[in-house]
Amino acid sequence: MRQPATAIQSHSIPAEAPWSGIVRKGQTIRIVDTEGQQAVDTIFYRADDFAERYSAQDTLRTQGSAYVGVGTKIVSSEGNTMLTVVADSCGRHDTMAGACSCESNTVRFGHDTRYLHACRDNFLLEVSKHGMSKRDIVPNINFFMNVPISPSGEMTIVDGLSKPGDYVELVAEMDVLCVISNCPQINNPCNGFNPTPIQVLVWDAE
Amino acid sequence: MSRTPEQIAADRARYEEHQRKGLTFAARALPEASAMPAAPIAGDVIATETLAGGWYWSTLLRQGEALRIAQAHGFASVALVCWSARDTSERLNLPDTVKVQWDTRAQRGRVLFSDMGRVMLSITEDSSGGAHDVLLGGSTAAANAAKYPDVATRNTRDNLVLAAGKLGLSRRDLPMALTLFAPVRVTDDEGHFAWQSDLLDGNHYVDLRAEMDLLVALSNCPHPLDPGPVYAPNPVEITRYVAEVPVDDLCRTATAEAVRGFANNARAGA
Repeated sequence: MRQPATAIQSHSIPAEAPWSGIVRKGQTIRIVDTEGQQAVDTIFYRADDFAERYSAQDTLRTQGSAYVGVGTKIVSSEGNTMLTVVADSCGRHDTMAGACSCESNTVRFGHDTRYLHACRDNFLLEVSKHGMSKRDIVPNINFFMNVPISPSGEMTIVDGLSKPGDYVELVAEMDVLCVISNCPQINNPCNGFNPTPIQVLVWDAE
Repeated sequence: MSRTPEQIAADRARYEEHQRKGLTFAARALPEASAMPAAPIAGDVIATETLAGGWYWSTLLRQGEALRIAQAHGFASVALVCWSARDTSERLNLPDTVKVQWDTRAQRGRVLFSDMGRVMLSITEDSSGGAHDVLLGGSTAAANAAKYPDVATRNTRDNLVLAAGKLGLSRRDLPMALTLFAPVRVTDDEGHFAWQSDLLDGNHYVDLRAEMDLLVALSNCPHPLDPGPVYAPNPVEITRYVAEVPVDDLCRTATAEAVRGFANNARAGA
């Protein structure tokens, strides 16, 4: 296992906060769920053409199954592999439940939840730094979020499987901009109702 | 932020109550599949279109108007995306649609949400009982080339880029697509997909009522999981008409989530 001391980037992302950074082709990004049961909402953009970005549907179609785990190829809107998941101590990640927003919270949990911080606002702030807008926010990956889909179609967010220190690693197959929202949601179990910090590490190709 | 055990327990209890209602009461409140063959359209017809196999089409659909999309000429799958005509950054959001309704089945009585917590379309009729796909999107040039190596084909990704382009939009504006008449289901704990042909028999139809002024784009191409070995999409018949909203309209009342979504429409003046 790679040692944090040899990482070329190391970022501690506070609870509820956004982050973005470039991961070059061949580099490995590790996302660490420091305290466990913390959803990490993530979108990837091609670094030299942000109009090419993560596509949940193309990723699932290519893979033939509904969850993200070791071996999953993260596929772009142009059908290119952006990254590959190469390590995962958790076992299951979602890409159909999207990101929470102030607006969807009102529908889901009632209008008294309108004024709570949400992932969509994190994404909007973060992509704005890169010259993008709301148009560019697409359905994301939810690392460490557990959303089973039943054979009859029901879908519900259940308790996360991740333990403190669980991590996922991806190798970049192209230069990508990684945009993260460390999910602030407290109305469902995706964060154990208690948002916590995460860590992001990047290593050069070995 | 550190939260107290009492706060966490209270939020968990509230979530589990929403979950219980969403997974049990709401599902029971939904109506049966619409009868076949389709009843004649009651409202005034604004336009009709025969969407050729392999092609795309788009239309303005004003609040209170509806589209009937019908497999009148044999099997066809139709991918759909839509935008608010007033602000095209507001668009169909399938993750929000399935998450807030606790269900990946788009069926009669359900609604389709935008990214702004508002209802874009109500599924007022659906003879297929929800045999549609929200998970996989449409075909692409590469997927078609692998599946039909010996023939030239059209595909949904390119069709939707073209449809968006002619509305002054671009590939940046394309949301995830809903595919009508594409019986995809998750089959096991690992999440594998299967095409369940037995869910669709005969020529089906869906009626979608606009709940805000919309731009709607459709693509009529075989779904990537369609097991048919030959690329032969049939035309579909589309009717744009003036919809009626019954006083006890099920789409507006079947679930607590729909009620709150329509409240958001009303607040926005949609």
